Amino acid sequence: MALDFVKEKELQELSKNMRIEIIEMLNKVKTGHPGGSLSAVEIMAVLYFNQMNIDPQNPQWEDRDRFIAGKGHCAPIVYVALAERGYFPKEELRNLRQMGSILQGHPCMLATPGVDMSSGPLGLGLSAGVGMGIAAKLNKKDYYTYVLLGDGEIQEGQVWEAAMSAVKFKIDNVITILDNNGVQLDGTNDEIMPLGDIGKKFESFGWNVIHIDGHSIKEIDQAIEVAKTIKNKPSIIIAKTIKGKGVSYMEGKSIWHGKPLSEEDYKIAMEELGGAN
Amino acid sequence: MKAMRDAYGEALIELGKVNEDVVVLDADVSSSTKSGLFGKVFPERFFNMGIAEGNMTAVSAGMAACGKIPFINTFAFLFALRAADPIRSLIAYGNLNVKIAGAYSGFSDSYDGASHQAIEDVAIMRSIPNITVVVVADEHEAKKAVFAAAEHKGPVYLRLSRAEVKPIYDDNMSFEIGKGINVKEGKDVTIIANGYMVSKALDAAELLRAEGIEAGVIDMHTVKPLDKELVLRKAKETGAIVTVEEHNIHGGLGSAVAEVLSTNTPVPLEIVGVKDVFGESGDYEMLLKKNGLCGESIADAAKRALKRKK
Repeated sequence: MALDFVKEKELQELSKNMRIEIIEMLNKVKTGHPGGSLSAVEIMAVLYFNQMNIDPQNPQWEDRDRFIAGKGHCAPIVYVALAERGYFPKEELRNLRQMGSILQGHPCMLATPGVDMSSGPLGLGLSAGVGMGIAAKLNKKDYYTYVLLGDGEIQEGQVWEAAMSAVKFKIDNVITILDNNGVQLDGTNDEIMPLGDIGKKFESFGWNVIHIDGHSIKEIDQAIEVAKTIKNKPSIIIAKTIKGKGVSYMEGKSIWHGKPLSEEDYKIAMEELGGAN
Repeated sequence: MKAMRDAYGEALIELGKVNEDVVVLDADVSSSTKSGLFGKVFPERFFNMGIAEGNMTAVSAGMAACGKIPFINTFAFLFALRAADPIRSLIAYGNLNVKIAGAYSGFSDSYDGASHQAIEDVAIMRSIPNITVVVVADEHEAKKAVFAAAEHKGPVYLRLSRAEVKPIYDDNMSFEIGKGINVKEGKDVTIIANGYMVSKALDAAELLRAEGIEAGVIDMHTVKPLDKELVLRKAKETGAIVTVEEHNIHGGLGSAVAEVLSTNTPVPLEIVGVKDVFGESGDYEMLLKKNGLCGESIADAAKRALKRKK
């Protein structure tokens, strides 16, 4: 569904609120990954509030679009998006990573309504997405599967096994989005394991590649619309993002991959995000 | 007599005819595993994923999450080791309906050598929650197990062999996951085996009979969940147990039986299996014999167990 001006503004506002929710949640439980959640906020806003054909009242609806967080450590933004969309009450967010909670440290399909595939260990999600794409074709269903990959994640060799198989089986019903924030746990991609020209790599595997600004609601939405028109081959949207986006001291810093917030950190973050009361 | 892998491939075809949700994936060894037989009949439901076991396994998880019943195929050691992460993190953690068919288990790929033989797969699969572990003994059981696995909701590890083994059963055998089969009654000692070792256990029982010892034989095809009731009943009835497996003595059938006996009815137990060493290239039967997986060695173990009986 194309995006009009009103909807675009609405999703920008939603993104702002979801960032606040992420910080609130992580501050409450003092554990979890802020950096890679904040970089994927706009992507999740467009998917869950404009693109995906889903029914939060019926999470197992067989014709629904699917979503896989290959980079499972972005569970906080996944959970915030699901809660905002009404899969479960927002109060649940306060129980992230706690004993007995439906919100595990990394997404668990049996624990959380709306999680379509468990994830956590990197490099498995794209493969699972290819499986969902093949199943859709076999079942003669026209749903889409969206896979969110981390850029550090594509250092896992299995991502490239999956990339090859997506071309062989002409997987045009899976749309992959790369959260290209340039930073991983131990440092920048360039410091830890340079990724080279990611777009050219996927292109040489036979993929359709689209480059966008991953914080632009409009560009994300348009890229998905374009990807949907590409037939008989897979598409990847390489979304240039900023790790920790929106919180100045977190932006581009690997240390904020999985660090808990101090009271001072929390205060500054809330002020910057416009959530201070 | 038919090789177990041929029986497996044919069973997949029969299953495919009655269940259209069944899909079959292989990692470029479909002419070895015989999953390719299914591919010839149902090309639209057969996926050769190339030499990429991890991807094949994770792809099958995605298919299962969308209602398919994937049977995934490669060598047993590759599933247990190369594909262990997607098996654990996607299939088992999500309790997804994938059937993992580990071919060429034990020493059955004898000439290819230790690199291709699997003596650790049962231990690894058994230690992952939600996975049912089934080891089949002959061509008839292989066929029944394929159908039973498809009926079972959730992940199943089906341990298959390359070997052409003499049949123990016929087409009318009854097979139920989690229920061991009493193959032979015997009052003095019970030999609990699975896979091709059931046949070797029967050889041992013959040898023991010549010495006046009545050995019973159980086909414990399901290692997990183990048929505890049967193990404990046989422990009480015969007072001595021998386990036999074509697998490392660490972590497989022997360990599973020991866990049950030691916490319930401790009776003398002898564990026959590969003694924590790698195999080598060579003739299959000679390799089994060298590793103590033959009638004579099992009979000796039974006699040791009997001696320890009070």
